[in-house]
Amino acid sequence: MSYFGDIASATKTLISGMKITGRYFFVNFFTRKEIITVEYPDNIDTLKMFDRFRGEIVMYHDENNQHRCDACTMCEIACPNGSIEIIWDKAINEETGKPKKFLEEHIYHLEMCTMCGLCIEACPADAIMWGQNFHHATQDRSHLTKSLNQPGSSFIPGYKNPKK
Amino acid sequence: MGNQQFLADKIRTQEYHLNMGPQHPATHGVMRMVLKLDGEEIRDVEPVMGYIHRSIEKMSEHITYKQIIHLTDRLDYLSSHQNNEAVALLVEKATGIEVNDRIKVIRTIMSELSRIASHQLWWAVMGMDTGALTTFFYGFRDRELINDIFEETCGSRLTMNYSVIGGVRYDLHENFVKRVKDFIVHFRKKLPEYDQLLSNNVIFRKRTEGIGILTKEQVIAFGMNGPTARASGFVCDIRKKIPYSAYDRVHFEEIMATEGDAFARYKVRILEMWESMRIIEQLIDDIPEGEFKVKTKAVIKLPAGEHLQRVETARGDFGVYAISDGKKNPFRLKFRSPSFANMHGLNKMSEGTKIADLVVNFSTIDVVVPDIDR
Repeated sequence: MSYFGDIASATKTLISGMKITGRYFFVNFFTRKEIITVEYPDNIDTLKMFDRFRGEIVMYHDENNQHRCDACTMCEIACPNGSIEIIWDKAINEETGKPKKFLEEHIYHLEMCTMCGLCIEACPADAIMWGQNFHHATQDRSHLTKSLNQPGSSFIPGYKNPKK
Repeated sequence: MGNQQFLADKIRTQEYHLNMGPQHPATHGVMRMVLKLDGEEIRDVEPVMGYIHRSIEKMSEHITYKQIIHLTDRLDYLSSHQNNEAVALLVEKATGIEVNDRIKVIRTIMSELSRIASHQLWWAVMGMDTGALTTFFYGFRDRELINDIFEETCGSRLTMNYSVIGGVRYDLHENFVKRVKDFIVHFRKKLPEYDQLLSNNVIFRKRTEGIGILTKEQVIAFGMNGPTARASGFVCDIRKKIPYSAYDRVHFEEIMATEGDAFARYKVRILEMWESMRIIEQLIDDIPEGEFKVKTKAVIKLPAGEHLQRVETARGDFGVYAISDGKKNPFRLKFRSPSFANMHGLNKMSEGTKIADLVVNFSTIDVVVPDIDR
């Protein structure tokens, strides 16, 4: 192809490409139909994440500030990168009179977590589950180490795991 | 002419070295290339790897097979589902776990969706590397729909971690089939636009045609595979050769080209997106009923010996090779990653070309740097 022939064909194909971009620009400019980008914080009120979205791990608490974790440490064993630490202690169970484990603190290192979900799968009592919050950016790294059980919370008395 | 000869005699020239990367936007990640240049012509390309080496293979020796799967997301993050599937298939094959048809079909659909998403991202970046920024937005616009499908069903957009030993983690979401069908209707309309926008553009053609030619023999000698090798006429599709999951029941063509240049590699990937859509269409209408996960033992131990499983990711032949001594974690584990093998063709294909062509060549082999370094 000649030098000028090249320029002509390049212009022609450029225009055929510009047709697409031009159409998107003008049609969307007037109809606002296919606009898919949103400036992020603008839609924060209406933004709803999918139910299965893996944002963080949270612990279920009922209205009496009671949870289902009996500190069996299955999640701690299942975690591949040590994001979960469970601090437990033993106390005498008043009914049976035998010492029984109870949860003191369920420490969750969000900065190490890869959201693989093995802990939630391993949990026999469904005590922990996925939370949909994704606003994890903080100024300080220490904020990422969280305590999953709320202060003052306790084990649901006599809770029996239906799976066991 | 006489004047130039005079200058050439008087002025001493020499080859010199230039660093490209490790934080160069055209290197698609943390990848450094030491170029040996004569003027603007490339004499030698030496890829320097290991900037994001995370020793995933060594880490895998200390964790159980269930836990290894989440690490494979972090190898080739654009085809994370296929990587998960490879480990899951390896363990299922070695321990004799039979999975039902539903699981096989779900895995195949997810694999093909990942392949389309990966090729869309590649197309977006390929246009950007050759100087067409528009493609970047259009590619990402269409990829967003697939990411939504993944997020709704798997819970994550990129590191899906969906395939587990003995099945998949969750059952398909109720919107899944509708969303996939909508996506295919949408993308069948948009893919011809890709051609109109970039493939038929004369400027783009001039940048890619006849650049970075690799012959079939060279491709085989370097151990390259995937779309990169198929563009040179090397028949290497694992989906056809060693069918896994539901690939033996679908009809699709192995896309081949014979030119072996940058445009052939481009063409193969564009046509692969059409084929992937064909595969999904064949499966999506009647997904078999059944459980999404079969029961497995709590602690999975592989029988002692060597185990190998190969899958076809968006970049080529991904292999997992495990040596087991009968314990719950592997004695040695090796990931054979397609990007690492494809990387080695870069030196040969860039010989005698200009620096600008190196960017095009690097883009058409479509490497993912975490897959090289592991």
